[in-house]
Amino acid sequence: MAKREISEINAGSMADIAFLLLIFFLVTTTMDTDTGLIRRLPPPPEEITEDNDKIRQRNIFEILVNANDQLLVEGEYIQVSELRAKAKEFIKTNPAYPSVADVTNASYPNMPEFKEEDVPVFGKMLVSKQIVSLQNDNGTSYEMYIKVQNELIAAYKELRNELSNQKFGKSYDELEKQAGSSEAIEEKVKAIKKIYPQRISEAEPKKIGGAE
Amino acid sequence: MSKFRKNGKKGQPAISTAALPDIVFMLLFFFMVTTVMRETSLKVINVTPKATEVDKLERKSLVSYIYIGKPIKALQSAFGTAPRIQLNDAFKTKEDIFQFVEMEKEERDEVERNMITWSLKVDQETKMGIVTDVKQELRKANALKINYSTKKTDKILD
Repeated sequence: MAKREISEINAGSMADIAFLLLIFFLVTTTMDTDTGLIRRLPPPPEEITEDNDKIRQRNIFEILVNANDQLLVEGEYIQVSELRAKAKEFIKTNPAYPSVADVTNASYPNMPEFKEEDVPVFGKMLVSKQIVSLQNDNGTSYEMYIKVQNELIAAYKELRNELSNQKFGKSYDELEKQAGSSEAIEEKVKAIKKIYPQRISEAEPKKIGGAE
Repeated sequence: MSKFRKNGKKGQPAISTAALPDIVFMLLFFFMVTTVMRETSLKVINVTPKATEVDKLERKSLVSYIYIGKPIKALQSAFGTAPRIQLNDAFKTKEDIFQFVEMEKEERDEVERNMITWSLKVDQETKMGIVTDVKQELRKANALKINYSTKKTDKILD
C-alpha cells in the first residue's frame, strides 16, 4: 500500500463560522453598564415611632413636588435649577461653618441647630442637625423626581468636596477613590461623611396639588 | 518606454484572506468579554431619565431589576397603556413584589442576601404613584438598598 498524503483541510469557511458566532453574540448580549442613583429606603413603617415629631421644624428642609411638577421649597416656589444652591445653604447651616461655636445657631433662626459630636480626625465638632424631607404627589412625573433627587445628591457632594478641599487639600471624590489604600484616608472619608451625612427622608406619600 | 509598460496578462496577485478568521475571532472574543447576556426581554417601554450624580453598579450578580413603564406597542392592545410592573419576564402587580423579593433572596448565598441592590428601571414618563407603591412594598419586604437607574449626562436641561 502506498502511503496516502493527507491533504490540508480547507480553512476557507473558518471566517464564515466565526462571523456567525460573532453575530450571535452581538444579538444576544448587551453592553450597557448600569448606572443610577443609589438610595436607602427607611425601614418598614411599623418601626417608626414618634421620632418625627421631635425633630424641630427649623431642622427640616422641606421640599414639596406637586402633580404639575412644580417645586415648593421651604414655602417658596422655585425652579429646579435654584434647588441645589438653596439646599447647600441649608445643609451648611451657617455660612461660616466649620468655624462656629454657637450650638443653637441663634444668628440664623431659620437654619438648623448644631449638635456636638465625635468626628474621627477632627475630634469634637459641631454637626448640623439638618434633614432634607422630600414629599411628592402621586401625579409627579418620575423624571422630575429624579431631577430633584439628583440636585440633592449634588448638593451634598459639593459640600463634602468643599470641606475636604479646605481641610485636606483634596476633593472628597479623590479621597474616596484612595480610601482602600490607607487607613488614614479612610478616616478622613469617615470624618467628612460624619460632618455632612446624607439625610434625605422621603415622607409617606401624600396628595399635594390635586391629581385625580 | 516599454520598460514601464505593464504586461496586462500578469495582473496582481489576489489579496490573501488567510488572516480574516483571526481578525473575526478577535472581534468575537472582544464582544464575548465586554458584554453580558440579555436576561429578560423587556415588555415595557423603558427610557430611564438622565442624571449627573450617578454611581456605577458594581456587582451585577447582586442586582435585581424591577421594570416599570407602559407596555410596549405590540402588547398595548392586550394590556392597555397604563404603566405596569415587570418582574423577570411577566407583568405583575405590586402585591407580587414581596414574593419576588423573597425568591430573589433565596437565589443568593445567605451572606449576600442583605447586599442585594434593587434596581428600579422606571420609564421617565411614569407618574410617581406606581413608583411610590413599589417603594412601599419593597420597604415591607425589607429590601431597602435601591437604585434608581439613570443614564449619565453632564448637564441637566430644564
